[in-house]
Amino acid sequence: MSVKSAITIKGTKEGLIFLLDDQCDFVSLLDELHAKLDKHEQQLNGPMVHVFVKLGSRVLEEEDKEKIRSAIRRQGNFLVQSIESDPEVAEQKEEPLGLQTITGIIRSGQVVSHDGHLLLIGDVNPGGTILSTGDIFIMGALRGMAHAGCEGNENSIIAASLMTPTQLRIAEVISRPPEEWASADPLMEYAFLRNGAMEIDKLTHLHQHRKEAILFKGV
Amino acid sequence: MGEAIVVTSGKGGVGKTTTSANLGTALALIGKKVCMVDTDIGLRNLDVVMGLENRIVYDLIDVAEGRCRLPQALIKDKRFEELYMLPAAQTKDKNDITPEQVTKIIEELKPDFDFVIIDCPAGIEQGFDNAVTGADQAIVVTTPEKAAVRDADRVIGILDKRGIHSPKLLINRIRPNLLKNGDMLEIDDICQVLAIDLIGIIPDDELVIRAANHGEPTVMNPNSRAAIAYRNVARRILGETVPLMQLEEKTGVFGRVKKFLRMG
Repeated sequence: MSVKSAITIKGTKEGLIFLLDDQCDFVSLLDELHAKLDKHEQQLNGPMVHVFVKLGSRVLEEEDKEKIRSAIRRQGNFLVQSIESDPEVAEQKEEPLGLQTITGIIRSGQVVSHDGHLLLIGDVNPGGTILSTGDIFIMGALRGMAHAGCEGNENSIIAASLMTPTQLRIAEVISRPPEEWASADPLMEYAFLRNGAMEIDKLTHLHQHRKEAILFKGV
Repeated sequence: MGEAIVVTSGKGGVGKTTTSANLGTALALIGKKVCMVDTDIGLRNLDVVMGLENRIVYDLIDVAEGRCRLPQALIKDKRFEELYMLPAAQTKDKNDITPEQVTKIIEELKPDFDFVIIDCPAGIEQGFDNAVTGADQAIVVTTPEKAAVRDADRVIGILDKRGIHSPKLLINRIRPNLLKNGDMLEIDDICQVLAIDLIGIIPDDELVIRAANHGEPTVMNPNSRAAIAYRNVARRILGETVPLMQLEEKTGVFGRVKKFLRMG
């Protein structure tokens, strides 16, 4: 056969698996399905056979799934058990988060929240709140509350020029300085999670934690 | 056209009314025409501190609701020809007047006076709105306590939203001996957190309490350190450059804070 078939049929203990090609267009796929089933009409008489349809990366509406179902059902002894797409390929692929820069003082009672990484040039005062789904970098004093990775990203960090917060949160972990940790010199520090516990370290050690390579130019 | 300055703080008991009374009097002492407006409806105090309680006939609500004309409600001070006050109502509450009504009254006062000093009630509810909406400038009063600074911070944030972007900070009731022992917040630290211009520091002074109870603003007494501090604030409001008061004369603890300040 010169043309590669869009439909592969495999037999297993449970029944038949129809592997449908996910590259060709749906109409020709349906035509080929009909043709294939018509060709094997005689052989396919007999006891009830379960059919599992795999669509690959193709995602179909309920209406189109019904077309496949009715095509296979025409055979009489075929029972369609499931029509599935591969879940992984369709979703995932997170976009890298962007960095938003804002300037100003977050005062008592004020809340700033952001989707992505956040760079604040200014202070967060006691009673003020800064939230982000990614990392939080503060060029200024953090005296209020900061919550990084507020939708559950445990790899998020909070960094500040002056780290004297009333409370820190990363993902679901809440930490209250100075009861849980205290630093002698709160300059240029960052908070991160290690094995589910909050830790504080010098900002200069962040590269060891992140292990991101910098491409240095020059000699 | 005069300037309307609201004296506010968020927290109660830090000295808003005392500051209003003393600033008003200090400005009058310099020769300015001043009207003080008490917006603390239901809990009026300014008249008591000024010793004018027994002269009240009409109040702010009467003016707002048209029961009298504005000049009828103004009370002339017993000491100065050009110092007036508009008292708050005592039998009503803050929701009986709207920010628009207060603003209208302030706008009516401004052409006739050099300064309109608005005494704001504690809190950030309707009473705060009433006081702040008509103001051109604000003085945020705080004391060197964490709670007072926190509330001042909150108020600065709200003022910013209401269009008063650079309020001035006044730190009241400073006790030099507590400062020295590190038991009170440092002035530097307060300024750093609040990040607005400092217009004055007022030392704690027993004479202030005595004067308030006698219905006589402290500023009148030149022997009081607080009086001198308030007079300095009044001069800064007028644009003069006055160095901050040395609280601790011998050691000069505030040498670092010796900045020269000006009211914008």
